[in-house]
Amino acid sequence: MKKNDFILLGIILVVAVLSLGLYTHFAQKDTGMVVITVDGDVFGTYSLKKEQTIKINDSNELSIRGGLADMMEADCPDQICVKHKAISKNKESIICLPNKVVVEINGGEEAELDSVAK
Amino acid sequence: MVVKRRNWILWQNRGIVLKKRVAYIGVFTALALIFSYIETMIPIPIAIPGIKIGLANLIIVLALYKLKIGEAIILSVVRVLLVGTLFGSMFSVIYSLAGALLSLLIMYLLKKTETFSVVGVSMAGGVFHNVGQLIVAGIVLESTSVIYYFPFLLLSGVVAGIVIGIVSNEVIKRLQKI
Repeated sequence: MKKNDFILLGIILVVAVLSLGLYTHFAQKDTGMVVITVDGDVFGTYSLKKEQTIKINDSNELSIRGGLADMMEADCPDQICVKHKAISKNKESIICLPNKVVVEINGGEEAELDSVAK
Repeated sequence: MVVKRRNWILWQNRGIVLKKRVAYIGVFTALALIFSYIETMIPIPIAIPGIKIGLANLIIVLALYKLKIGEAIILSVVRVLLVGTLFGSMFSVIYSLAGALLSLLIMYLLKKTETFSVVGVSMAGGVFHNVGQLIVAGIVLESTSVIYYFPFLLLSGVVAGIVIGIVSNEVIKRLQKI
């Protein structure tokens, strides 16, 4: 075995470990389902994996890109839903109260606690 | 007159050399086939598809170092086709072919740089054999989730490659010039 062989071996091992890490990191986000309910009725269920833009009843527009669901447009006055950050983790949600739209993630990665008050 | 005779002798010699080479390639092919067959009889406890020791690659590496590259390529292709027909399905042939050719290409390139030993070349060959199969699997299945197998196949390719490389090295040292 020459020295270069070991270098090559090292490179291959690094690539193997890296790809393993990359996979476990990204795999989680993709398994979630986006459930949209309007006024309590289920409007539709969509996969986080698939890039798509969903128009909800002419009042809201949701986009799913890169494993994230984000509210792009809404005709509500406060625009809280649009300003909300993109969601991807289990039980996270974006709610547009005036239009009674609830976008929630089922399944997928568990979210960490934002903070704990004692 | 003398020129004619000399040319005739040269042609005769060339004929003998060609016959000799064809005979050698034939022996190598037969060996590769036998090794592949032996491998179908060895059960591997690991459940990942396509994981194998690659005994036939021992012959391929030998051919790479002892025969001309064109002959090694022919050997590889014929081996894959024969093994696929005899011991496997036609479907598996395309995966094997992709893996074998990519592996041979990389090994040839690495050998040309003359910076790696036989073991290193064989190690890379083992890795890229699996990479080639993975790529074809991804294309055929139209899915990127095959990437999941990537780290495991890299590792098994490395291990198999090193083992084959060590054995090849010893054989090459003891073989006379072909």
